[in-house]
Amino acid sequence: MAPTPREEAFADSLIGRRVPKLDAPDKASGRTRYLHDINVPGQLHAKILRATEVHARIVSIDVEAARRVPGVHAVITAADVPWQRPIGITKDHMPLKADIVRSRRDEIAAVAADTVQAAQEALRLIRVAYEPLPIVTNSAQALGPGAPLLHGEDLRVPGRNGALEVVHKACSDNVSMAYEYGHGDVSQGERESVVVVEDVFWLHYVTHCCMGVSGVIAEFDASGSLLLYSNTQVPFLHKREFAELLGIDPGRIRIIQPPIGGGFGSKLDIYPFEPIAIFLAKITRRPVKLLFTREEEFIASPTRQPVLLKLRSGCDREGRLTFRAVDTIHDNGAYTSWGATTPFVMMQTISSLYRVPHCHYRTRAVYTNNPYAGSFRGYGNLQATFAVEAHMDKLADALGMDALEFRLLNAQDPGESTPQGMHFRSCGFKECLGTAAERSDYAAKRRRNLEHWNDGNPVKRGIGMASMLHVGGGAKMYPSDGCGTIIKLDDFAKVTLITGASEIGQGSETVLALLVCEELGLPIDSVTVVNNDTAITPWDVGVHASRTTFIGGNSAIGAARKAKRKILEIAAPKAGRTPDDLDLRGGHIVLRATGERIQEIGKFLRSLHFSEKAELVMTTYYYEPPSVHLDRNYKGNVSAAYAWATQVAEVEVDTDTGIVRLLKITAAHDVGRVLNRLGIEGQIEGGIVMGQGYALSEDLLVEDGVIRNPNFRDYKLVTAPEIPEMDVSFIETMDGEGPQGAKGVGEAPAICIAAAVANAIYNATGTRIYALPFTPEKVYRALRGSNMPPKWPADAA
Amino acid sequence: MSALIEIEFRLNGISRRVSVPLQMSALEMLRDMMGQHGTKYGCGEGECGACTISVDHRTVNSCLKFAVDCDGRDIQTIEGLAATPFGETLNRAMVEHGAVQCGFCTPGIMMQAQQVLTDNPDASRAQIQRGLEGNLCRCTGYRKILDAIEAAAHPSPAVD
Ligand code: FES
Ligand code: FES
Repeated sequence: MAPTPREEAFADSLIGRRVPKLDAPDKASGRTRYLHDINVPGQLHAKILRATEVHARIVSIDVEAARRVPGVHAVITAADVPWQRPIGITKDHMPLKADIVRSRRDEIAAVAADTVQAAQEALRLIRVAYEPLPIVTNSAQALGPGAPLLHGEDLRVPGRNGALEVVHKACSDNVSMAYEYGHGDVSQGERESVVVVEDVFWLHYVTHCCMGVSGVIAEFDASGSLLLYSNTQVPFLHKREFAELLGIDPGRIRIIQPPIGGGFGSKLDIYPFEPIAIFLAKITRRPVKLLFTREEEFIASPTRQPVLLKLRSGCDREGRLTFRAVDTIHDNGAYTSWGATTPFVMMQTISSLYRVPHCHYRTRAVYTNNPYAGSFRGYGNLQATFAVEAHMDKLADALGMDALEFRLLNAQDPGESTPQGMHFRSCGFKECLGTAAERSDYAAKRRRNLEHWNDGNPVKRGIGMASMLHVGGGAKMYPSDGCGTIIKLDDFAKVTLITGASEIGQGSETVLALLVCEELGLPIDSVTVVNNDTAITPWDVGVHASRTTFIGGNSAIGAARKAKRKILEIAAPKAGRTPDDLDLRGGHIVLRATGERIQEIGKFLRSLHFSEKAELVMTTYYYEPPSVHLDRNYKGNVSAAYAWATQVAEVEVDTDTGIVRLLKITAAHDVGRVLNRLGIEGQIEGGIVMGQGYALSEDLLVEDGVIRNPNFRDYKLVTAPEIPEMDVSFIETMDGEGPQGAKGVGEAPAICIAAAVANAIYNATGTRIYALPFTPEKVYRALRGSNMPPKWPADAA
Repeated sequence: MSALIEIEFRLNGISRRVSVPLQMSALEMLRDMMGQHGTKYGCGEGECGACTISVDHRTVNSCLKFAVDCDGRDIQTIEGLAATPFGETLNRAMVEHGAVQCGFCTPGIMMQAQQVLTDNPDASRAQIQRGLEGNLCRCTGYRKILDAIEAAAHPSPAVD
């Protein structure tokens, strides 16, 4: 049968195809120049001296011997930069510490030298005398009476006019940030319940482990403007912050983002090494390059937010959720970064993943002398989902109800507006539940596994399910959540796509090019993407909140449609048609209805350019999503779309050794629409395996404020032989606001795995473990009842 | 400053002579002295495989090898591999299978893939998995890397 005109028209559509990443050929031949590979003529190498105490007063720092090392250009301490200003979410963190160190990562001095070796030799010669202070490395204790106060005094720095000003107020209870959210009346929910469960969960420390270590190159020009080569995920926000830090106009800061060796949220905040490199560049008047070692990367980059979480939930006789009450203590570490803001995401899961009529949520982020937590793919959602999905199983089991039925009964539907103000224009949650359950044979296997609890075989099988809700259309946290695009078409129909959206390995460059090609009817190799220089690219809020495909995508489509419109409007009269009769396909201007070719686009562009009117096709577009800021009560439709997923984990538990093997993940993701199949599969598989590490092997051991395993030998990332079988289904709900119907997906796949694995271990063994990760030792002890489950501190109210 | 030792070796088929400090690693020499930036530093402790090179046709972690021990050897880096027909096949397979995200692990993985398939051109998936045990990737979840290496071993005409 001959294809219909419509089929013909879309035969060359790229949507849903497997489009290889544009940057992959260079990366797979060793050509790509990462930050690490860039060397600027005349550059110096910088190294940082960190504290050897967890909490102490600095009595003296002697840098004289260090300054005499040949090749050393500068050795600086806080005394050399009296004009330095604090960084961080609450501005509680001075890049170089003047009088007190509060954690083992604290920066005390820095060296710039001709070689890394000279810089290291100089570091060894710096003498620091400390007077130890009492330490507190347990967040519950830090809340207790008499705990040492970490930021008990006002932080003052010289203001612009020289007088001291308070930049961070004294904190008298170690609570750096607090959140409280509620809807309905939890005590009424409690009264309406036939089953109530309450548990305490501990979500541990893990860290990003980007394969490329952190680094920066800073360089001032003769007029005092700053050029940074940086791996930041939020270049435009950081431009402002660096400007504030230096007291210069943001317009004088340019950030170039070379290709990055992994981000995952780790590069959303400014860390002390960046201002320190800038200070050194300013003082030495030379370009300064600073790269971490892997050990430093473990010690001085952020962690995922560790959380102690108490959850109380109930349901009625029919299996409807009645209420949910959550209290958490977030270990903030010594300074405040994005980890302390994870409640924004956590409360969404608590209030709105399932329908809950009565809900209360509270978090206190508490200062301790531990490493401090930042943002990490999933942003609090792994932690919240872990607890919520444990209770979904427990409540269903207590009622004697099928666990899938129980979830379906409480799951959200499209069109719903939740009490927290989230509006689900598209929602494939129930399809996710159904698809993942069916493809994994969840119900039957879950029943069958129970029969083996007491069969004498030490190796047990288990199956467990968990689901997630996450922002999929940006998150309006800043005044704008938008992204700008500039498109220019040259005389040969080659497109330059200039976008604010950064590529961090996730494939945004390719998906944006694909969306533009879809509009302009051009092949993917006709696009050059420019996305890494604030002097060129239009503003974007940054790579976070799974927003880039959605926001950057809508922005790119907007600019491409303007270009298309312009071409069709000029071409139409010449062809004796209206613009709406025409379309762009296969490199040609064509008749929309029949696909008949009228003119090659390149030829059209040349004739336009070299005509009397002499015009080029260049367009701009700024997309701002139709979302709102949360109000003072944390209510509001903060994202333009929401993503959903269900993941089912199948495990094998060796009860003799405690070893848990993850056999299979069956995942169903509501992604709106698949744009680049290759890219989305890669995001999901990578996320699943990252979730596997969180569940089973990764454990940043922090003892008395000291990281005990700052290396890949003792910090166990998942390796190639350990990955599970993965069965991934896409639920295409065609979101009305999404680019071609798509929603964000970057964070989603990592979120459910630990929760699903916990439920699977229970299904295998009848033992529920409330603390991560499920290492052999922990599982072995738990199976023998000798594990200490996490406890809610008595004096933390 | 430490004494320099003069060494001579073949790098991607070309004879090279350099003077290196005794304690310098092969990784530092390749990156800092010979412009071989495709070889990556991921840990410096032999735990991640990002720095994998081939010395006399065996892969090693160049961060653990002294530069002086390269004397008289035949060294291949990703830049060398990429220029071979097999390297091109592998490159295409990695690209088409979506095995590259941030790409930081990719050069090391390609060097190791060459070794695995040289040792056993018919390597099974499980054997490829075991062969890659020492190469960490934080982005991809490995599955597409394994697909790519399998495809490079048994090239088939179409991917999609
Ligand atoms: S850098 Fe050599 S193994 Fe990691
Ligand atoms: S692609 Fe990023 S580490 Fe492998």
